[in-house]
Amino acid sequence: MTPRAAHTIRLTVNGEAIERAVEPRQLLVDFLREGLELTGTHAGCEHGVCGACTVLFNGKAQRSCLIFAVQAQGAEIVTIEGLAEGARLHPLQAAFREHHGLQCGFCTPGMLITAYDLLQENPRPSEAEVRVAISGVLCRCTGYKQIVDAVLAAAEAMS
Amino acid sequence: MQPNPLFGCSIRRSTAIVKPAAFAYEAPETVEEALALLKRYGEGAKVLAGGQSLVPMMNFRLAQPEVLIDINGLAELDYIRLQDGPEAGRGLAIGALTRQRTAELSPRVGEHCPLLAEALGHVAHAAIRNRGTVGGSLVHADPSAEIATVLTTLNGRVTLRGPAGERTLAPGDFLLGYLTTGLAPDELLMEARFPAIRPGARWGFLEFSRRQGDFAIAAVAAVLELDSGGACTVARIGLGGVAPAPLRALAAERALVGRRIDGDAIDEAGRLAQEVCDTEGDYHASEEYKRNLAGVLTRRCLAQALERGREAA
Ligand SMILES: Cc1cc2nc3c(=O)[nH]c(=O)nc-3n(C[C@H](O)[C@H](O)[C@H](O)COP(=O)(O)OP(=O)(O)OC[C@H]3O[C@@H](n4cnc5c(N)ncnc54)[C@H](O)[C@@H]3O)c2cc1C
Ligand code: FES
Ligand code: FES
Repeated sequence: MTPRAAHTIRLTVNGEAIERAVEPRQLLVDFLREGLELTGTHAGCEHGVCGACTVLFNGKAQRSCLIFAVQAQGAEIVTIEGLAEGARLHPLQAAFREHHGLQCGFCTPGMLITAYDLLQENPRPSEAEVRVAISGVLCRCTGYKQIVDAVLAAAEAMS
Repeated sequence: MQPNPLFGCSIRRSTAIVKPAAFAYEAPETVEEALALLKRYGEGAKVLAGGQSLVPMMNFRLAQPEVLIDINGLAELDYIRLQDGPEAGRGLAIGALTRQRTAELSPRVGEHCPLLAEALGHVAHAAIRNRGTVGGSLVHADPSAEIATVLTTLNGRVTLRGPAGERTLAPGDFLLGYLTTGLAPDELLMEARFPAIRPGARWGFLEFSRRQGDFAIAAVAAVLELDSGGACTVARIGLGGVAPAPLRALAAERALVGRRIDGDAIDEAGRLAQEVCDTEGDYHASEEYKRNLAGVLTRRCLAQALERGREAA
């Protein structure tokens, strides 16, 4: 096999086992959006700055625009589509709705995954800790205030 | 392809969306395999570690390697060990593939080199540190990089391995300038060693950037050791972001040793630190601003170091 040719990868996305052939240069974000039609993960800057493409990669928030799909061989990935349980919103999602933690919604998937990772590590963060954690995701709409409120409310609801 | 009812054009593309130029992908499982691949492919190959600097450059096609050698499978390069060496004394040996976030949260790093743990907290954002590696940051050699600034301040070492075997370099022989290191194309960075902060020593780390997580416009790391009378016996001051590579403010260090570190001493060190800057203005700040910032941060960092130290044993 020539290494430049497509590689077959096996991985789990939102609990589902997937097997696909991917060209090495395809980014994970494009694989999720185009290959699996999971368009909840957004592509913004595509160089790591905006955070819109953040997914859980083996349990940790990472930029899917800075990982090649071929590197996801054997990985467990959770995208925004995997956060709710059926029709029941995740407490973070419910809190974002309650507190108006979004306007246009472009940053929201990355915000939610980032906040999810934060609460996994630190279930009762201070406001300052929330602000540092979400500083890696840019929001052009909300001014962040409602997002911070939503994450703090979700932390309380979940504990 | 289906026509999009709203725009009358196709929404389903027939070919996959891609950004970087095409490359061949290799995923070795051992250091030996990785070295053999580097030798086989030569200059056209690039090592892929966390990808947090390389992939952005590939997405912009600023880098177009023919072959990527993905070292994420080299578990043997993922470790944090405490070492006792006669020469350099006690220190941490950190494998090149150790994730920045792992090192930041490591109790071993927190205990023996809290300066490194704190500096790591300033590297980008958690989601980037979850993937970015200690070795990748050192090889990328951004002049503002916190890890390289700490390595320089503590006068640590890096170990490289290539076809001719291993060699160990001091920071000044490895970090040669803007995005430039002493690593040969057929070599791997294996390990970085950070001397421990001695019990009782004091340390500080400060940086200034436009936004949380951005590269620092200037960063300062400092370590002070004082005798029982309060006189300084060891001073280390390292600057990041204000020269093509991080550097020590040696004159400022010398001005502190043998002295009680009062306001005058701190002011003098700040002034001397400013003088070693070798920088140009950019769209973030003018040269004058950066120089001034280096002085201000040095003073504040020394004051911070005096305020807190590693608990005496
Ligand atoms: C939005 C954003 C903000 C950032 N902010 C900061 C910041 O504030 N401070 C900071 O220091 N960094 C910052 N970074 C960079 C980040 O720290 C990178 O993780 C780091 O510079 C590169 O590490 P990596 O493991 O991702 O390496 P890669 O991107 O995989 O590789 C970088 C280079 O090193 C080479 N390389 C990697 N490992 C080895 C090895 N073991 N042997 C030989 N060659 C190797 C690669 O070939 C490549 O040339 C930021 C990145 C982003 C995307
Ligand atoms: S699209 Fe990945 S960080 Fe912006
Ligand atoms: S809601 Fe529009 S970018 Fe955040």
